[in-house]
Amino acid sequence: MTATRDLESGGSLMDDLYREVILEHYRSPRNRGELDTPTCSADGANPLCGDQIHIELILDGDEIVDLKFSGEGCSISQASASMMTEQVRGHDRDHAQAASDAFQQLMLTGEPGEFDLGDSEMLAGVAKFPARVKCASLAWKTLEQALKTDSTEPVTTDERTADHG
Amino acid sequence: MVQQAIPEGQATPRAYDIAKIRRDFPILNRDVASGAKLVYLDNAATSQRPVQVIAEITRFYRDHNANIHRGVHTLSQEATGLYEGVRETTRAFINAPEAREIVFTSGTTEAVNLVAHGWARKFLQPGDEIVATELEHHSNIVPWQMLRDERGIELKFIPMLADGTLDMDAARELIGPKTKLLAVSAMSNALGTILPLEELVPLAKAHGATVLVDAAQAVPHMPIDVQALDVDFVAFSAHKMLGPTGVGVLWGRFELLDAMDPFMGGGDMILTVTTEESTWAEVPAKLEAGTPNIGGVVGFGAALRYLDELGMDQVRAHELDLTRYALARLGDVPGVTIYGPDNAEDRGGVVSFSLEDVHPHDIGQVLDDQGVAIRAGHHCAQPVMAALEVPATARASFYIYNTRDEVDSLVSAVEATSRMFGTG
Repeated sequence: MTATRDLESGGSLMDDLYREVILEHYRSPRNRGELDTPTCSADGANPLCGDQIHIELILDGDEIVDLKFSGEGCSISQASASMMTEQVRGHDRDHAQAASDAFQQLMLTGEPGEFDLGDSEMLAGVAKFPARVKCASLAWKTLEQALKTDSTEPVTTDERTADHG
Repeated sequence: MVQQAIPEGQATPRAYDIAKIRRDFPILNRDVASGAKLVYLDNAATSQRPVQVIAEITRFYRDHNANIHRGVHTLSQEATGLYEGVRETTRAFINAPEAREIVFTSGTTEAVNLVAHGWARKFLQPGDEIVATELEHHSNIVPWQMLRDERGIELKFIPMLADGTLDMDAARELIGPKTKLLAVSAMSNALGTILPLEELVPLAKAHGATVLVDAAQAVPHMPIDVQALDVDFVAFSAHKMLGPTGVGVLWGRFELLDAMDPFMGGGDMILTVTTEESTWAEVPAKLEAGTPNIGGVVGFGAALRYLDELGMDQVRAHELDLTRYALARLGDVPGVTIYGPDNAEDRGGVVSFSLEDVHPHDIGQVLDDQGVAIRAGHHCAQPVMAALEVPATARASFYIYNTRDEVDSLVSAVEATSRMFGTG
């Protein structure tokens, strides 16, 4: 048997990426499912990984009264979606856009800014893994798309349309 | 004399000296970003290169570099001799009848596209059928779809069964009098399934069909004799068999290559050019327009000699041992599902698997932290993923330098992943 590096001990890059809060959202996602009467929705996909997200919203004026997500993908993409729903549920469009902007900033810098992103700030470690930033950003990009109520165009967090090869 | 000859025949079968082999691959001693020692199990994507290949490429550029086929000066003649020498080395490696039947391309993808553009586009008529399989890599699917849409030919796929083998009953139905081309992989890159060419080829030949074999995963890992296979075209890549990237091979029967139209026009592929028209050079020059990857081809020659000295029977035996061991050990990990044939003998050195409730990309990420390099994704074989009804798999693939200890590292890392995600 070869020695296994200790994943459970603190301080490693792996711990930064897979925080317990993230794994907990992955195992027990919030607001997962579908709505009976959504007012708008959007699909997002990350062709490189195969992550898929479907988001449904009930908008009352500018307020996001309810939202749910469904889909499949890696732990980062699914946990980020769960965290995102908690951040924007019950808030208005401007708040949601500001949160999305703050999340993109988090992915660039790896450091939380002024805007309180709640559990989503636990995804800061993803910034050190450029290949996974697209996984974490998918839910937020899809939310932005759903909020453009006249748009049903699918979004992608990958500028390429297919995996290589 | 600049051309090194391949040792004649197999004098005495040597013991498989894994320690000696590993010394030829310094990259295997490096660490990954996390500080863990590298365990390279992504050989189906690309292999590593031994110092002999790297030295050969360096030697070419340092001592012999010139363009080929067009100079009377010393360097050009040496470069031409080296390049053409590898054509003969390649011929011998796959037991092709003639060296001129070896066409150097940029890789398997270009080789398949060359047949699609130069042969199939010229000779297939609307209503003719091409039969492929669900186990193909995208590079043996997309060129035929493009041709289908351009030419109004039919494209059919022999389905895959749940165990990753081919549905041979369906094959007997699908291959018929309208079949003009059977385009089939010798070994699935996604699952490792070795396809039953000995059954498929006679079905195609019985209807007079031409057979193209995507051997990108087969030629590097097992003895391949193109004459014994009784096929017409065989495509493979240097970079999956110790050689450099950017070099591939299309072998074809001379009369087929001779009848083909060139894929690209340009230098080195013409006999005469006036401003009105051109006439083509002979095969293979006709199909190798422009300055080829001369240094890459020369390096590929060293890769072929390396494998030839090891003996492809020994390579296959070594990988079979690792595959058998990996199937047994990984199969014992709770939550692990292994895809593809149960018998190691029915696969190459590829083990595609999933871990319950953990996405393959997460497996790949945690394994990388442990130093274990695998591929996670659809492996450019989305029809295989669709047939298995999974979005992606994790894939470990072995080569000449891998060891049972490294399989142990893989298993330990998968167990660690399972613990981390709370599935074990």
